[in-house]
Amino acid sequence: MNLLNSNFVRAAAVVVGVAASATIAHAGQISGAGATFPYPIYAKWAQAYQAKTGMGLNYQSIGSGGGIKQIQAKTVTFGASDKPLKSDVLDKYGLAQFPMIMGGIVPIVNVEGIKPGELVIDGETLANIFLGKISKWNDPEIAAINPGVNLPSKSIAVVHRSDGSGTTFNFTNYLNKVSSSWKSTVGSDTSVQWPVGIGAKGNEGVANMVKQTGDSIGYVEYAYAKQNALSYTKMKNKEGHVVAPTSDAFQAAAANADWAHAPGYRLILTDQPGAGSWPITAASFILMYKKPVDDKASSEALKFFEWAYHNGGDAAASLDYIPMPMSVVKMVEDTWQKDIKDSHGKALAFR
Amino acid sequence: MSGAEENTFPTGPATPDDGTAGPRSWIGKAFSSVSLSAAIIVMLSLGGVMYTLSIGAAPALKEFGLGFLTAEVWNPVTSQFGAAAPIAGTLETALIAMLIGVPISVGIAIFLTELCPEKLRHGFAITIELLAGIPSIIYGIWGLFVLAPYMQRHIQPFLIDRFGDIPIIGNLFQGPPYGIGILTAGLILGVMVLPFITTVTRDVFLTVPSLQRESAYALGATTTEVIWNVVIPYSKVGMLGAIMLGLGRALGETMAVTFVIGNAHRISASILAPGTTISASIANEFTEATTPIYTSSLFALGLILFVITFIVLSVAQYMLHRIKKAEG
Amino acid sequence: MDIYAKRKLINRLSLAFATVATAFGLFWLAIIMWTLLSKGITSLNLILFTETTPPPGASGGLSNAIFGSVFMNALAIMIAAPLGILAGTYLAEYARDSKLGAVARFVNDILLSAPSIIIGMFVYELMVVPMGHFSAWAGTVALAIIAIPVIVRTTQDSLLLVPDRLREAASALGAPRWRVITSISYRAAKGGILTGVLLALARVSGETAPLLFTALNNQFWSTDLNAPMANLPVVIFQYALSPYVDWQKLAWSGALLITAAVLFINITARLLASRDRSTKRI
Repeated sequence: MNLLNSNFVRAAAVVVGVAASATIAHAGQISGAGATFPYPIYAKWAQAYQAKTGMGLNYQSIGSGGGIKQIQAKTVTFGASDKPLKSDVLDKYGLAQFPMIMGGIVPIVNVEGIKPGELVIDGETLANIFLGKISKWNDPEIAAINPGVNLPSKSIAVVHRSDGSGTTFNFTNYLNKVSSSWKSTVGSDTSVQWPVGIGAKGNEGVANMVKQTGDSIGYVEYAYAKQNALSYTKMKNKEGHVVAPTSDAFQAAAANADWAHAPGYRLILTDQPGAGSWPITAASFILMYKKPVDDKASSEALKFFEWAYHNGGDAAASLDYIPMPMSVVKMVEDTWQKDIKDSHGKALAFR
Repeated sequence: MSGAEENTFPTGPATPDDGTAGPRSWIGKAFSSVSLSAAIIVMLSLGGVMYTLSIGAAPALKEFGLGFLTAEVWNPVTSQFGAAAPIAGTLETALIAMLIGVPISVGIAIFLTELCPEKLRHGFAITIELLAGIPSIIYGIWGLFVLAPYMQRHIQPFLIDRFGDIPIIGNLFQGPPYGIGILTAGLILGVMVLPFITTVTRDVFLTVPSLQRESAYALGATTTEVIWNVVIPYSKVGMLGAIMLGLGRALGETMAVTFVIGNAHRISASILAPGTTISASIANEFTEATTPIYTSSLFALGLILFVITFIVLSVAQYMLHRIKKAEG
Repeated sequence: MDIYAKRKLINRLSLAFATVATAFGLFWLAIIMWTLLSKGITSLNLILFTETTPPPGASGGLSNAIFGSVFMNALAIMIAAPLGILAGTYLAEYARDSKLGAVARFVNDILLSAPSIIIGMFVYELMVVPMGHFSAWAGTVALAIIAIPVIVRTTQDSLLLVPDRLREAASALGAPRWRVITSISYRAAKGGILTGVLLALARVSGETAPLLFTALNNQFWSTDLNAPMANLPVVIFQYALSPYVDWQKLAWSGALLITAAVLFINITARLLASRDRSTKRI
């Protein structure tokens, strides 16, 4: 057959050849997917870890909902979620869960003339904005807690997440705690039925959309606000103090955490007591199979986490994440030893 | 070879054709069966798509019944899902796209066939066709970074100020100017379908016999009158086919819309409001749907989109087929 | 106003509309191209082709995504071309007027315009779920399914352009059917078929939706067909929707690269087609 002549055939041979050899040369790589909340720090760790060990981490930030789904579907070695799963769900799928990093969720605004940290907001007001009850920036309720701030008479453009999101889970969990009308009409989960606003994908998407859209408000993990110089707000916390989103404020909230007594490390850190506590603080979790499909890949993943716990603190601090305290790391390592076993029933190596 | 052979070349028994005789007759047999298998694989892939979507959609359709089509609720927390908002968004954006795309496409087709200097005709036509080749993600990124901010700053405030207070029509122009939303998505789609509709319409116009055209001119008709009384009546069916083809594209387009639709599962009277379309919902939520019923609901959305586009495209094929037949 | 003046005026107005409509269509092309060029060219440098996609805040390029796209597209075309050409051959040479042919033609035309995201869902169920993970293979198959109808259609159309006189002449000389097809029809329609393959390549090069659930994406360089693979469209999607300025810049560069490649392939295909048509007219 002289069809399309032999060049075509030759090209085909080359591609098939490359394909075959590529399949054999399986490069070392850990695959994970999930939460966008910790993505900036995971990406930073991954780069440093690859430079050191040659082992890459392919982490796709597709949202916590995605992380939960993909680990259940066993398409990844680990899933990541900012919504901790309950023990019965963990047992049902045979999953181990442990916290990896903590951080703060901050409201971000794009209003002309408003500088980062200039606006103060409390839980009730935040809930009313996201319920659509407050629709103008110069609403008396906002003005009352912001004396002296020049608020425009513009409509508020609300930006929320469109994907299943642990950031949304923690954000709505907080609104649930502070607003009864939020609790009765919307509720709390990784994705909810938003009364108003536009949806954006991931923390990245919300940050981008707020940046793009004038007079808007959204909520993101603090690293996204910081890296992109977005105007975050201060917040009034449980004890009525106005706090700025800083690592100290996140740390203060995290200090209340009692990891030792939480089954499956299931802890939610919103609306914590303490004068300096940031009200929407959250931990991000890793989900892994107790009996992994691929022992070697899972072992490599644990080695990465182990490295990140012990060597990733500075990188975390530079992005204002809060590393897990060493006491918690010790507990997590014990959990690994105890729960995550290879096909012969032996604990997976992580050092 | 069976009935598939009938009426095609070669017809008579005199041909030393596939497999009846000759030393290398097996090659002919093999060749025809391999090409038949290839055609069957093509057909199977459509069948596979239909089958997969139906199987995937079954749990959701069983759970919610026909109410799935009319419920606006989309709540992963309570596992209640309804397709009304994405269906409405899909139809709305496609309608806006058609309102913009059709008159302009027909205008361009008229320009290309009746007005354009002979020398430039080919160049213009190719340029418009190249517009069809631009990947939809490019329209999306452009829509988000260039069109949406312009809409938010200029077009939408103007629409709200100008029309927002008029009774009834005013409902279309309510709410804060987000920049992105149903109208912006419709606009982008309108630009995207331009080249598709234009190219097919132009081809249809070119099938009008020049005899008819010239007779009308000879009777003293103006160009416009020739277009209205000769070209368009002659090309009616084909034009409709072209429009349906464009509509099929607009209904199923994903990336361009996902960037600028706003991803909100709500039906609003206002075309400035954010919404969602079937394809945008799937693109955004498919990899992250956590529960089986959530995933199944997305499959059901996919099935609905498939059925809608299948009908529209079938009508388009039928119309364009008729034109081809008429052409001889 | 007398009737002649009125007719003239209407004529002028409607012709003006047609001209304005054309200007409008070209205006969009111009403005999109201008945006692409002005935003994409600023970070168009060597690093783009030598470094992989960076995490936020670090510098990097698109090399892994460029490789992934080229690789998956090429592989998809390798799968789609033989299948599409054979199916197109069947439609044009064996089933011109048969029922089965009519059905296959109809199915193919539906597939040609079917929403590509649905193809993505199909391949997700077909491959990602059974295999247990996203993979370049799945992405390749999804792209191939999109490319096939384009090739079937163009193969069929260009074979139908081959005059039956040629086939009759060859048959009269005693050539069996398959020989007529391979030596006469294919030879005459070669340019048209190649054009179709190129158009299919252009079409899949920009496809994003079907890759979202199949090839997914990969931050690193990967040549493993059984693992997720980076590709330009998904990287553009992800980076454009991010707030990071350097990511957005990369997205624009990627967009410029894709568009340039697609336009280049399209124009090449058209040149081939026009050259071919001029030689074919006997």
